[in-house]
Amino acid sequence: MNIHEYQAKEIFRSFGLPVPGGKVATSVEEAVALAGEQGLPVMVKSQVLTGGRGKAGGVKFCATMEDVKENAEKILGLDIKGHIVRKVLVTPAVDIASEYYIGMLIDRNSKRVLLMASAEGGVEIEQVAKDTPELIFKQTIDPRYGLLDHEALGMGMRLCPDDIRKARQLAAAMQKLYKAFVESDASLAEINPFIFTPDGTGHAIDAKVNLDDNAMFRHPGYEELRDLDEENPAERRAREAKLSFVKLEGNVGCLVNGAGLAMATMDLVKYYGGQPANFLDIGGSSNPEKVVNALEIILSDPEVKAILFNIFGGITRCDDVAKGIIAATGSMDINVPIVVRLTGTNEEEGRALLAETDLVPAATMDEAVQKAIELAG
Amino acid sequence: MAIFVDENTRVVVQGITGRDGGFHAREMMAYGTQVVAGVTPGRGGQVFDDKVPVYDTVAEAVREHDANTSVIFVPPFGAAGAICEAADAGCKLIVCITEGVPTLDMVKVMPYIQERGARLIGPNCPGLLAPGIAKLGILPTSIVKEGPVGLVSRSGTLTYEVVYQLTAAGLGQTTCLGIGGDPVIGTTFMDAIMAFNEDPRTEAFVMIGEIGGDAEEKAAAYIKEHVKKPVVSFIAGQTAPPGKRMGHAGAIVSGGSGTAAEKKKALEAAGIPVADRPMDIVPRLQEIWKR
Repeated sequence: MNIHEYQAKEIFRSFGLPVPGGKVATSVEEAVALAGEQGLPVMVKSQVLTGGRGKAGGVKFCATMEDVKENAEKILGLDIKGHIVRKVLVTPAVDIASEYYIGMLIDRNSKRVLLMASAEGGVEIEQVAKDTPELIFKQTIDPRYGLLDHEALGMGMRLCPDDIRKARQLAAAMQKLYKAFVESDASLAEINPFIFTPDGTGHAIDAKVNLDDNAMFRHPGYEELRDLDEENPAERRAREAKLSFVKLEGNVGCLVNGAGLAMATMDLVKYYGGQPANFLDIGGSSNPEKVVNALEIILSDPEVKAILFNIFGGITRCDDVAKGIIAATGSMDINVPIVVRLTGTNEEEGRALLAETDLVPAATMDEAVQKAIELAG
Repeated sequence: MAIFVDENTRVVVQGITGRDGGFHAREMMAYGTQVVAGVTPGRGGQVFDDKVPVYDTVAEAVREHDANTSVIFVPPFGAAGAICEAADAGCKLIVCITEGVPTLDMVKVMPYIQERGARLIGPNCPGLLAPGIAKLGILPTSIVKEGPVGLVSRSGTLTYEVVYQLTAAGLGQTTCLGIGGDPVIGTTFMDAIMAFNEDPRTEAFVMIGEIGGDAEEKAAAYIKEHVKKPVVSFIAGQTAPPGKRMGHAGAIVSGGSGTAAEKKKALEAAGIPVADRPMDIVPRLQEIWKR
């Protein structure tokens, strides 16, 4: 789950990271009032779950109350890469003498948390990684010991070789960030930039955190951090129904058991010149309720002109799967053609059951995909 | 022979009294796998299906029955603990089927099992099926056949699809292995490929990858350097939009990396054919495999 900057900053603050104050406003009046409370100058920062906010004009420095009003007016309602700004963070502006990047993520290769830091702060770190990878320093963290003092200070000194005071502040920030990462079950945590003011005080002035969806059971409070406005309605419904779903732009609705097979099915639709409308993993069971939920979610998209079931039965018997699909589709009013591909145990019995209905049976994945594209027109 | 299992594989099923654990324990036994014990804390003393004794701990099961392998079907919040328990009890092969295990739990598990010399497969995987030898997990036995092909995959049902096509083409398998779709997993592509490369019965193998991470690229580099056996690959997720998790926790294109196109390029550069469609995998393998 991705969370907003202001939410990530709350988490960072609770772990003792030096984060400037700030509050969220949903209207121009509120933004002006918050600026008045905090004292000028302030930054007005759009809160949307995407990168490139600054470039899109979603982050502004405001020296006067007039600036705050004007910028809040411009930013609220702004469309940044398809995300509409509904909230702005109003936070004290600080003088920046130098900027650093500090980030942590799960490194699949070492199977550990990886700390990355760079003196090239305040810019897109992906770009730095691509153009000048030697400017990013890395430290894998042994989960048995955490980020040790000498490791953190070593990283701090690589960033600030001539200033031990700053190196120590960076090291402390890294250790606090690691604690925040582990205790909040993050999959990504970034401070970009961590800055020093001209008097040498460090501040984390931007924050990004992704939380591990699999660990939400340990953090019931984090459910409140979910921004429902940022979620596509169909994706929200799918999440509530515990279905794995991603909305795409095409017209062939896909219901597949298994994530890998679901991706391969989308790819095959594209291969044959069609466009998949979604990714949907219906999982192992074919109980009619789950199928109904999945169909309703897919059919809520008016672009969908045909539906494709691709089910590899495996241990589940295909005649049972067919019965589930027939019961589900029979209970609904569906106006688009449905192609069903069933393979596995008892597949012939399954297809025989389908043949007695309006559902279009197919023997292979390729046949099913081609039929679905043709029917979608 | 197969990779990671043999006739001496003696299995304890953690979570055997649960719905999934029970169902799949029966399936494994029906295939002839030696399921010697089950473990469910609080259910010690029961007998599963009048055949398999149930213990409270893995240590007891290992002590009483000489088990050396565990297959885990416990809920996500208990999975990391179950893996550590199995390793500590002396199981050298641990297959964790559970989906939805927090990633940082797996980060903590890794050094613990490495210190105890255990191999982990998964989590969030279908496990392993060595035709004619043993089944550890949930792969359907009806689609496999004994033979010379190895298969390793990050997926479940997509694996079944490919196994099904191999079998239909008369190409049996030494081992079908699902390594799981999570970011942090025990056995990686690289581990599986090294094992297939050394296994005298495996003459050729198939690698089914997907978007996210760079395990396929790493495997490609290794294959180019060290593997003489024919290898064919397939990568799922060419149409996946960036930044979206495609079902599997590890299947995500992030920061522009981990794309299917990158993986395909790396594999092809290493001389490994990448099939455009699942149905092309078997023909591509037959093309390069002169038997």
